[in-house]
Amino acid sequence: MVERDGNPAPPDAPQIGVDEWVATHDVRREGGHGPLARIRRELQRVPTPGFYFAFGAAAALLPAFTTNDYILRVGFDTLLYMLLALGLNITVGYAGLLDLGYVAFYGFGAYAYAMLASPQFGLHWNTLAIIVVATVATALLGFLVALPSRRLLGDYLAILTLFFGQLFVTVYQNGNHISVLGFTRGYDVTGGPNGIPNIDNYDILGLKITTVRGYYYTALIMFLLVLSVVYLIDRSRTGRAWRSLREDPLAAELMGIPVNRLKLIAFAMGAAIAGMTGTLFAALNTAVFSADFDVPSLIIVYAILILGGAGSLGGVIIGALVVNVSLEVLRTPGHATYIFYAALAIGLVAFVRPWRWFGIVVGGTIAFGYVVHAIVSAVWPDGVAGSPAIGGPLGSFLDSWQLYPANPRTIGNVAFVALVFVCMLLTLLHGWVRWVALIPTLYLASFVWENRLVAEPSITRLILIGVILIVLMNLRPQGLRGTARVEIV
Amino acid sequence: MNWNLFVTELVAGITHGSVYALIALGYSMVYGILKLLNFAHGDIYMVGAFIGFGLITVFGGPLGLTVNVVLLLFLMFLCAMIGGGLTGVMIERFAYRRLRNAPRIAPLITALGVSFFLENGAQLVLGAQFQSYNTFSWANNPIGLNGFTLPAQARISYAQVIVVVGTIVLMIALTWFVQRTQTGKAMRATSFDREAAAMMGIDVDRVIVVTFFIGSALAGAAGVFNCIAYQQVWPYMGFQAGLFAFTAAVVGGIGNLPGAVLGGLLIGLAESFATGYLSSTFQQAIVFAILIGVMLLRPSGLLGTAAVQKV
Repeated sequence: MVERDGNPAPPDAPQIGVDEWVATHDVRREGGHGPLARIRRELQRVPTPGFYFAFGAAAALLPAFTTNDYILRVGFDTLLYMLLALGLNITVGYAGLLDLGYVAFYGFGAYAYAMLASPQFGLHWNTLAIIVVATVATALLGFLVALPSRRLLGDYLAILTLFFGQLFVTVYQNGNHISVLGFTRGYDVTGGPNGIPNIDNYDILGLKITTVRGYYYTALIMFLLVLSVVYLIDRSRTGRAWRSLREDPLAAELMGIPVNRLKLIAFAMGAAIAGMTGTLFAALNTAVFSADFDVPSLIIVYAILILGGAGSLGGVIIGALVVNVSLEVLRTPGHATYIFYAALAIGLVAFVRPWRWFGIVVGGTIAFGYVVHAIVSAVWPDGVAGSPAIGGPLGSFLDSWQLYPANPRTIGNVAFVALVFVCMLLTLLHGWVRWVALIPTLYLASFVWENRLVAEPSITRLILIGVILIVLMNLRPQGLRGTARVEIV
Repeated sequence: MNWNLFVTELVAGITHGSVYALIALGYSMVYGILKLLNFAHGDIYMVGAFIGFGLITVFGGPLGLTVNVVLLLFLMFLCAMIGGGLTGVMIERFAYRRLRNAPRIAPLITALGVSFFLENGAQLVLGAQFQSYNTFSWANNPIGLNGFTLPAQARISYAQVIVVVGTIVLMIALTWFVQRTQTGKAMRATSFDREAAAMMGIDVDRVIVVTFFIGSALAGAAGVFNCIAYQQVWPYMGFQAGLFAFTAAVVGGIGNLPGAVLGGLLIGLAESFATGYLSSTFQQAIVFAILIGVMLLRPSGLLGTAAVQKV
């Protein structure tokens, strides 16, 4: 790159020994020109805690705008997911340990609270004492789980923790007749499949928390406290050591960083946060069931962490907001449909370049739909016998554009499988062929959505989470808020 | 001591263990080459089982077969192995290939996503319920009615014989392939050192695709064995089987093919004896205990060699 066509290199060209990424660093830092880049630059000047304060203030104002318990409940759940993602962020994001038994620690904390504050054993301890005990106990459990695999590769830890998570669910599911090595009678420890009901509310120094609003604030305070602690740890010696360990354990060890001890601390800390969150979960729900702590919850927490960007605290907030709120909205078919088409539109705006192709794809899809609809209604009237799940202008548009077979189940299933194949095929195409192929794909996606997915919200949620994990990891492994990893060799 | 129970559980354990061993082989092969734990591997077993189940249903169900049983079995194996193999190849091509040089955690999380997607996609398309069907009328008949007896009046069914013999045949074929063919040699070289293999002119991409195909085809075959021996399929069946199978691969020494077989048999026997002598809820705990024990005492697995990390 130094000499081009025999001429000496211009003075501003990358020099020998200076990597291109380093050489262009300042330019990228400026972030281009125009008003958007200016706003971005101004925002970069705000210290990070400023954003956390802003989030805290906004979240604290939410109950002022609504008295709807359902909305507050969704807010509370989102805060719980944020707390969980904060803990997982330490284990996965900072230390780079894949913990697949994470929700078991969450469950352990929840059950600990349930056992110490319910008629199950007739215990009604002080809430603060329970929180401390549950947190410490979960941290110890995390320590014990990580111990056997401390010297091994991360992969072994993944297996061990996944197994541990499964074992946790099985043990608590069958924990209603536990006997000591078969010598004593069976004791009912965990309530088995019926769980533990009638759990006490939080009672912090005489202040009883009984309403959803109260729990919302408790969760918010807990989240902000944990966030501050994690933020401080992140900037401490330990935090820096964790990150160096994540990037290259071998190099870290050679620099004299106590790798094993730091791994155990990271694992136990993540577990402790999950355990603490569990007590809050148990108190609001007033009952715990082991099925709540199975793989689907684990995958949701992972999706939040990955979407936000592992290792980024702001990413945890954004990830939890996006994932949990959209999952919640997906429950109602009417809202879900709007979200689906909005997401498609945002995706097209973000990825289809240049703009004329954006116009062609959108126009083409609409025209394609009308043509298919006309042909099918002429040839096979049953193919348009159904109707969309929503009314209004979008509904009537869909009714005249999309196909709604009278009996959509089988054809919807076939279309779903076809859609998966078509999407994979699409990643192999390049240039204009890809944009043209996008037109029928979009129509097919809309067909599958209208006829199959919208009718089964619970499975659709899980399928979407799986897709989010695969697509994000392939396209943007650093998530929305993380910084891309650059290797300079 | 109740010898009948003992022999019965022994036979059941070997049958179970054969299925685990076949799945574990795929885990081990992929791990050997990519150093990737393919969490979706157990779900390929599920795909194979559903292909087998679909074929049985298409040909009239086990009690009203419209084709010859041998032909049906042959078709089931062929389709499940090809279908499973292609699923594996597609997963590699579309989910893992871009991440080959990413940090280790990225493909693991992707694998988790693929597994979750396959399970729930199958649930959407095929329904969440267990699909049970009548046994083949001959499959559960004990063999040896004509004078051949096992110790302690225990019984071996035809299904169990098919599973064990089929597993042995597949393993011999795999060993022959890995040890004696050009591609097998390339696979061993790639698993030893991917970069060096690429420098020696081995098409690493092709080797990885072949590895995924063969490993996944074995999982598909394991799914058909499940169809014959247990007459039950459901979308989440791959999860527990996958978990046990990669425990087997780790116990035997991951990346080591004889180790995967040994681990599979060990896990199968442990599970079977735990069910017979304690209760089925203890299966997981026993297998977990074996996993912990092996990790503490022999971290590289029973047949594995200790990994020396070179820089």
